[in-house]
Amino acid sequence: MEKSKATLKIKRFNPEKDNAPHWESYQIEVEPTDRILDGLNYVKWYQDGTLSFRRSCAHGICGSDAMRIDGRNRLACKILFKDLGEVITVEPIAGLPVIKDLIVDMEPFMEHYRAVLPYLINDDPPPPDERYQSPADRAKFDDTTKCILCACCTTSCPSFWAKEEYIGPAAIVQAHRFIFDSRDHGAAERLDILSDSDGVWRCRTIFNCTDACPRSIEVTRAISEVKREMLFRKM
Amino acid sequence: MKIHKHEVIIVGAGGAGLMAALYASKKADTAVVSKLYPTRSHTGTAQGGVGAALGNMEEDHWEWHAFDTVKGSDYLADQDAVEVMCRDAITTIYELEHMGLPFDRTPNGKISQRRFGGHTNNTTHKAVMRACHAADRTGHMILQTLYQQCIKNKVNFFNEFQVVDLIYNNGVCSGVVAYEVATGEFHIFHGKAVMFATGGWGKVWSITSNAHTLTGDANAICLRRGIPQQDMEFFQFHPTGIYRMGILITEGVRGEGGILLNGKGERFMVKYAPTVKDLASRDVVSRAIYLEVRQGNGVDGQKYVMLDVTPPTVNKYFQEDDARNPDGSLRHLTEHDVEAKLEDIADFCKTYLGINPAKQPIPIQPTAHYAMGGISTDIDGRVLLDEQKTVIPGLYAAGECACVSVHGANRLGTNSLLDLVVFGKRAGEHIAQYVQNVPFPELPDNATDSIKALLENLKNSSGKETVAKIREEMQDTMMDNVGVFREKVGIEKAIAKIHELQKRYQAISFQDKGTQFNTNLLEAWELGCLLDLAEITAEAALVRTESRGGHSREDYKERDDKNWLKHSIAWKNERGVTLKYKPVTITKYQPKERVY
Ligand SMILES: Cc1cc2nc3c(=O)[nH]c(=O)nc-3n(C[C@H](O)[C@H](O)[C@H](O)COP(=O)(O)OP(=O)(O)OC[C@H]3O[C@@H](n4cnc5c(N)ncnc54)[C@H](O)[C@@H]3O)c2cc1C
Ligand code: FES
Repeated sequence: MEKSKATLKIKRFNPEKDNAPHWESYQIEVEPTDRILDGLNYVKWYQDGTLSFRRSCAHGICGSDAMRIDGRNRLACKILFKDLGEVITVEPIAGLPVIKDLIVDMEPFMEHYRAVLPYLINDDPPPPDERYQSPADRAKFDDTTKCILCACCTTSCPSFWAKEEYIGPAAIVQAHRFIFDSRDHGAAERLDILSDSDGVWRCRTIFNCTDACPRSIEVTRAISEVKREMLFRKM
Repeated sequence: MKIHKHEVIIVGAGGAGLMAALYASKKADTAVVSKLYPTRSHTGTAQGGVGAALGNMEEDHWEWHAFDTVKGSDYLADQDAVEVMCRDAITTIYELEHMGLPFDRTPNGKISQRRFGGHTNNTTHKAVMRACHAADRTGHMILQTLYQQCIKNKVNFFNEFQVVDLIYNNGVCSGVVAYEVATGEFHIFHGKAVMFATGGWGKVWSITSNAHTLTGDANAICLRRGIPQQDMEFFQFHPTGIYRMGILITEGVRGEGGILLNGKGERFMVKYAPTVKDLASRDVVSRAIYLEVRQGNGVDGQKYVMLDVTPPTVNKYFQEDDARNPDGSLRHLTEHDVEAKLEDIADFCKTYLGINPAKQPIPIQPTAHYAMGGISTDIDGRVLLDEQKTVIPGLYAAGECACVSVHGANRLGTNSLLDLVVFGKRAGEHIAQYVQNVPFPELPDNATDSIKALLENLKNSSGKETVAKIREEMQDTMMDNVGVFREKVGIEKAIAKIHELQKRYQAISFQDKGTQFNTNLLEAWELGCLLDLAEITAEAALVRTESRGGHSREDYKERDDKNWLKHSIAWKNERGVTLKYKPVTITKYQPKERVY
């Protein structure tokens, strides 16, 4: 396949050297079907080994390489050069502390995730075989089982940027996955947590999260379903 | 240097590590040390399903599953271990469901199952629905569910800590040394028992379905500490990777009716596996694709063929084969089925190829996928030191880095996820018991000296070689010479090349001299692991003068049970690789010719 020229303009920060982040540009040759991740690897492997970013699966499943690419949150391994211009800007996702280059501290994000009790709660003794669930019941939370905890949604959300205590869309998606699972008994507890002042009501339905989700989860819709369930239970 | 003391140290947080952690932590103080956040582990990419003879869709028996596994393994699997896996499969899958795993459901609410390569009804020899699935993201759901349960049970995690050495002296294992990625500090994890669950090493080859991080770290660490590796010549090439990228397209696509077509539009699998055709075992299908390409039947003369799951094609062959549902009706596929059951596959095709698989065929080629070999263990995950099966007290392994051996010379699809959960659980239970009865072994002095020196050397090297170049040359030579097909001259060429690369590796240098997130340094260290594994794979492949499962010698085309029905055990030291052999455990199933 024919190679073409591209420029990656990357926001760099080395905590051992720099006081503040700065931009650096790298000229590379790529095939149109190369992923941005391939481009970053090219820079790291052949031009500047100090460039740091997380990556693993390289096909959009592990959630390691969320970054802001041309101003939008994406997985670097799930967007190709042919779908972007000749000069591409890459910076870390916003709202989480930057550690080095494109690597942010994920702990605050994971803390919010853990806060919603993201596990099945059901203390009934299990049957000898599987618990039954109808395909219709299974479908109710199918969309939110796709979440890979990449943080694209939460770090694209203006409400999260404004207040880092806001639990954020990803945690609500994870809560949704259990609240609407017919086998789960923990919905009341989770809804209680989410009704807190830093819970679902901080969502202003801006839809950035839905646009940002690399797994095409209808995040805003899931949040609305949680809000609705909360109101419904109050009545 | 920080020293952390926990009774059980589990290295790796994929399916095997997490399952073990859940069980070990019920009774013992357990720490999980992982170079990735647990949910980034490659288990999350597994697509098609996990095998268990639940019989939810049609008649099935765990004994059939066991026979299929043994046959799939080309009779190299240890049959006692296979029986354990296939029998325990059923309760373990129910247990995962109870943990909350969102399996797809049948109309009456039971776990839904689909067909997969090599899994058959042993009476009719037709494909049987045995793979329990959650759309085409079964691995993702397993990984998420197990991690969720670990959160619930407050398991201790040390994330982004890369284990770089095993503390193992005079036959006693007392912990591991880890490098904290965020700070560059060394940590000792002092334990009564250590378990490795670090996954595979597909990055030895250029076209692979494996993650950048699958570099066989624990296997290389073991080799360096004198602990051998079993059956390393057997590495599985999955027939359907996306052309040039290697990204996996699950066998589930063929389970749903997908057909392989060569450049002439012929369904070539009928020639190679007349009964199950496109759903033959992976080694058989990968070889068939190579042979088609070699005969000039690739698409446009290139090294790929098409995987066609468009409803018109699929339904045409359903009719031709008279393929029926369990209720007797003719099978039928719609575009909606493709979108609903193969959602992620459709997404990959759209993202990376710009096509819709419900409307266009997918260009595919075999991709390096799965390590059948690895750290030799017994059925409780205890690591074995030699061909006499001497147990190393306090050292365990499970998952892809281990070799029990249930996969023998070729693994069946859906059996790896099963291996993780069944043997991860058994190892976890065994460890919990083991640590109750032993004291903490003493830590040797200077436990970190040698690994610190190794990493310092790497960092200070001022040679001219680069990690990327050496890695690429290794991957190319292994792909060309120790891939789907092998023969003496090619393997020897690969070995010579690896030796050359190992020398050049001594002169690599890189730019990052810092301490925080120095992934430059870690990639260099991982390359050292890959080179060791490449060498041992090639050496074991050279000596095995027969063809069996994933090891296919063009100069020795037949399986040779008289001389080679045995496992290889490989050690490596400065002088090179030493190979010994141990017998295969056979219980019910006598070796037979393998036809599909
Ligand atoms: C694309 C794809 C699809 C697949 N589909 C299926 C399927 O449908 N059915 C099936 O049965 N099998 C499937 N497989 C195979 C199966 O998914 C893998 O064999 C299995 O998930 C491996 O699990 P594991 O727990 O052994 O390791 P992994 O999930 O790979 O986890 C390895 C862990 O080890 C850690 N680690 C590695 N090195 C170190 C170190 N030095 N220090 C600390 N931690 C370390 C990592 O952080 C990670 O947590 C598939 C494989 C691939 C690649
Ligand atoms: S590297 Fe796994 S999602 Fe991009």
